[in-house]
Amino acid sequence: MLNRGRNIEKGRVITRRMFVLAAAKILLFTGISSRLYNLQISDREKYEILSDKNRIREWKTPPQRGIIVDNFNKVLASNDRVFQLHLILDEINDFDLTIFKIKNLIGLDKFQVKKLYKKKERLKPWDTLVVSDNLTWEQFSKINLYLHELEGAKPVLSTSRFYPYANNLVHIVGYVGDASPKDLEKPEIKENFVPGLKVGKYGIENSQEKMLIGNYGIKRYEVNASGKRISQIDYIKERQGSKVNLTIDIEIQKYAQELLKGKAGSICAMDIYTGEVVAMASSPTYDPNKFTHGINQKDWQEIRNNPLKPLINKSIAGLYSPGSTFKPLVALAALEYGILNPNKSIRCKGHKHPYELYGVKYHCWKKEGHGYMRLRNAIKQSCDIYFYEMARLLGVDKLSIIAKRYGLGTNVLGDLYNDEKNGLVPDTKWKRRALEESWYLGETVINGIGQGYIQTTPLQLCLMTSQIANGGYKIKPHIIKDENINYKDVINKIKLNQSNFPLHERNYLDDINVEYYQRMYHKKSNINFILDAMFGSTNEQYGTSFKSRYDDPKYQFAGKTGTSQVRRITDLDRELDLDTDQIEYKKRDHALYIAFAPYKNPRYAISVIVEHGGSGSKAAAPLASKLIKKIIDRHKLREQFNNGNTSLA
Amino acid sequence: MLRERIQASGYTFFEKLKSIDYLLILLILFISAISVFAIYSTEGGKLSFYTKNHIVRLSVFFSLFIVLSFVRVSTWYKNAYLFYLLGLILLLLVLFFGISASGATRWINLYFINLQPSELMKVAIIICFARYYHRIQSSDIQSFKFLLQPLILLIIPCYLVLQQPDLGTSILIAGSGIAIIWLAGTNIKYFIYSGLLLLVSLPFAISVLKPYQKSRILTFFNPDRDPLGAGYQIIQSKIAIGSGGFFGKGFLKGTQSYLEFLPEKHTDFIFTLFSEEFGFLGSIILILLYILLIYRIINVGLVSRSFFAKLYCFGFATAIFLYVFVNIAMVLGLLPIVGAPLPIMSYGGSSLLSIMLGLSIVMSCKIYSQDQISAY
Repeated sequence: MLNRGRNIEKGRVITRRMFVLAAAKILLFTGISSRLYNLQISDREKYEILSDKNRIREWKTPPQRGIIVDNFNKVLASNDRVFQLHLILDEINDFDLTIFKIKNLIGLDKFQVKKLYKKKERLKPWDTLVVSDNLTWEQFSKINLYLHELEGAKPVLSTSRFYPYANNLVHIVGYVGDASPKDLEKPEIKENFVPGLKVGKYGIENSQEKMLIGNYGIKRYEVNASGKRISQIDYIKERQGSKVNLTIDIEIQKYAQELLKGKAGSICAMDIYTGEVVAMASSPTYDPNKFTHGINQKDWQEIRNNPLKPLINKSIAGLYSPGSTFKPLVALAALEYGILNPNKSIRCKGHKHPYELYGVKYHCWKKEGHGYMRLRNAIKQSCDIYFYEMARLLGVDKLSIIAKRYGLGTNVLGDLYNDEKNGLVPDTKWKRRALEESWYLGETVINGIGQGYIQTTPLQLCLMTSQIANGGYKIKPHIIKDENINYKDVINKIKLNQSNFPLHERNYLDDINVEYYQRMYHKKSNINFILDAMFGSTNEQYGTSFKSRYDDPKYQFAGKTGTSQVRRITDLDRELDLDTDQIEYKKRDHALYIAFAPYKNPRYAISVIVEHGGSGSKAAAPLASKLIKKIIDRHKLREQFNNGNTSLA
Repeated sequence: MLRERIQASGYTFFEKLKSIDYLLILLILFISAISVFAIYSTEGGKLSFYTKNHIVRLSVFFSLFIVLSFVRVSTWYKNAYLFYLLGLILLLLVLFFGISASGATRWINLYFINLQPSELMKVAIIICFARYYHRIQSSDIQSFKFLLQPLILLIIPCYLVLQQPDLGTSILIAGSGIAIIWLAGTNIKYFIYSGLLLLVSLPFAISVLKPYQKSRILTFFNPDRDPLGAGYQIIQSKIAIGSGGFFGKGFLKGTQSYLEFLPEKHTDFIFTLFSEEFGFLGSIILILLYILLIYRIINVGLVSRSFFAKLYCFGFATAIFLYVFVNIAMVLGLLPIVGAPLPIMSYGGSSLLSIMLGLSIVMSCKIYSQDQISAY
């Protein structure tokens, strides 16, 4: 009985304790459940993101760069297929070993290996190292064969820039290269960058980056824990950059470049109504294709150390005194302000009796003098004495109003080229502000023959010529086709304006802003006088460019030579009167020429500069003459193409 | 012949069939079925090695469970110490002839199966203690002798298992043993004292631990300490479970597991996989199934007349609870990662064998619940 009672007691203890345990179990299960609730319901989103981060990996695929074409849709910058090798740094455990293997596979030299290490130092650990962006097919297939042994190696089929007209266009189109940290700060590059992508470094490639760069694609893969791709989840296709259509005619450009071969200088050609730049050559030049995969040291030194400075785009970044090519504008200004009667005659007495002002002597270029000259003849024969006197009467401030209006003193192509110069059209205010000195009348006098402070780029001279040749109308110069400009409209507008000769309230003698395609002249007859004088300069005997003329009215052009001094001419020089090739290259005069063609019903303007070429009539005008023929020969083709008209009208 | 023996024991065959706990069997089958699907999912939805093996083992061990259920409970009682001794011998054999895998020596090769004796020990310790306390009067239980004896019985296998090394199983064996010591009525103060002692000695205990065990414990407190190393499992497991959400990612759609982010997904982390694919809902249902299972086992203990059966059932129920709790708490990041499989769900022959063996003893208690076992 006692035993039984004890047993009952023991049973009770066991059961009681079981219940205590059971209670503890329930408590702990509740704990687990609340933890589950926490993870799966409260924090679900966080873990979902983490899970996706685990399993989804993105690869950016590089976009194809937009192509660049000329006026006739000829490809000026295209994309070639290239083989590249990339290294994904965070997939590499032993960088040294990987590089060693790659070195042996594709045969890198010590220098290249060193460069890779240097490159790697600059990268973040999760970045991509581009080992080579231009492998041969042989190297590429070798890499693919041994891919399983190469940690983090990624063979990439990519494209790279190719410039079929290499040297002929580099100053216009520019070139591409690896993105620098500074490039990566630009929003259009930052947003679309993919490791290994080349970006524009100069020219259209640089300024039209937004158009050209395109959008990268995204390939999303599901990957497993060891990083192996399991399946592609998503592929947002990359978008090729947009096409950039230039107004350049590559045939004319090529020819212009050829004409400048062996010389330093520039040739610009422009449609005087539409403002389209047809050619813009700068010499010497270099091959942009060398920059695409990083230029080697030797080539780079060669380009840099060339005394003719191929890296400078002379058409827009070269500053020159316009010399006598400035004279038509000086004459126009004098006529517009009614400073002098074109029939006024001034005597040029040669070096023995130069023009004198406050005891300073100003010589004409012609030793024996021109004799009595009227304005037309002074332009035609480029008599300096006449222009000294005319400038003195006109004054520099009035001259600068007209000079600025016709395109000098401001850059022509806006922000297309970051090295384009503004040039300089001086006036009294400018001198006081910039040099803190007052203006001397002597400076006005030499300004009259395009020397002194005045500085212009060849493209500005071309624009100036265009705007005189089209009858004195402001045009919008451009090198990228502008869809907003209806060329037929523009031409009609200017021509109608001319014939109707509307009365305007505004005084064209004030310093005013003129809208595009509006007249800039005060009196039409003044423009016509200048055009006629330029005709004389080229097509009449004693004209400075008489030797370069065409008799065929189809090609007949009118122009003005210029010879700009690069240093002060001393009395000794005058006495010696050396030929150009007897003078040291650096001291030779720049040869300039501006022209428009055809004379009747003109359409194109051209400016030529040959650095240290000697006289404009000998070195520059013949080049212009040759190019004008080419331009006019291709005019019909251009018209047809631009009007979408294939039938020969 | 069987029939004669049954009759001789005083139960008719129908009586036995009637007293079988069908709900318990149903629960076992249900969890087994879930486990098959889970293992199938670990293989990415292919009927391959693990799934096939698991199905074969489940069928074999379930049959064994049914057969052993009809072994009289007194037979288990009589052979309890033998069972314990066998377990000890096997553990010693592991020490000398064990097979190593991933740095631990836990298995012995029995040619048809690689047996993990520590898993058998989990059941052996319960049955051993149940027998031990069956005959001790409640008045004697607090005496030093009866306190020391079971402690020695407990420490030997725990130490052997710890040497393998297998901290998880060792803790589970100790936990089950201590649970029975508690159930038997040992004074609560001993538990409080030893608990305090454990806390004080914890720093020393940690210094004895193997470096990987230390790192696991440190990592438990701060998984981000080494996210790609020791913390990886906890982090990935939490990501998998958390990203499952309420309804889960769906059967065979657990990205964490099929993309190999989950380690040991078919053994210790099977719950993680299940939870990722079936979400909060599925997990709670699975936990409820385990609670039900535990409840049914306790119920058998309640209807049993003998202390042995009671102690065994309550002990085994607690053991099952411990396995489930430690495993789930571990994968949820609530406990350090120590090797502890989830009963029935986890892939692994020895674990499944010991669970089925343990359950068959429970069933035997149920069938022979009216048996009185005299202390001899």
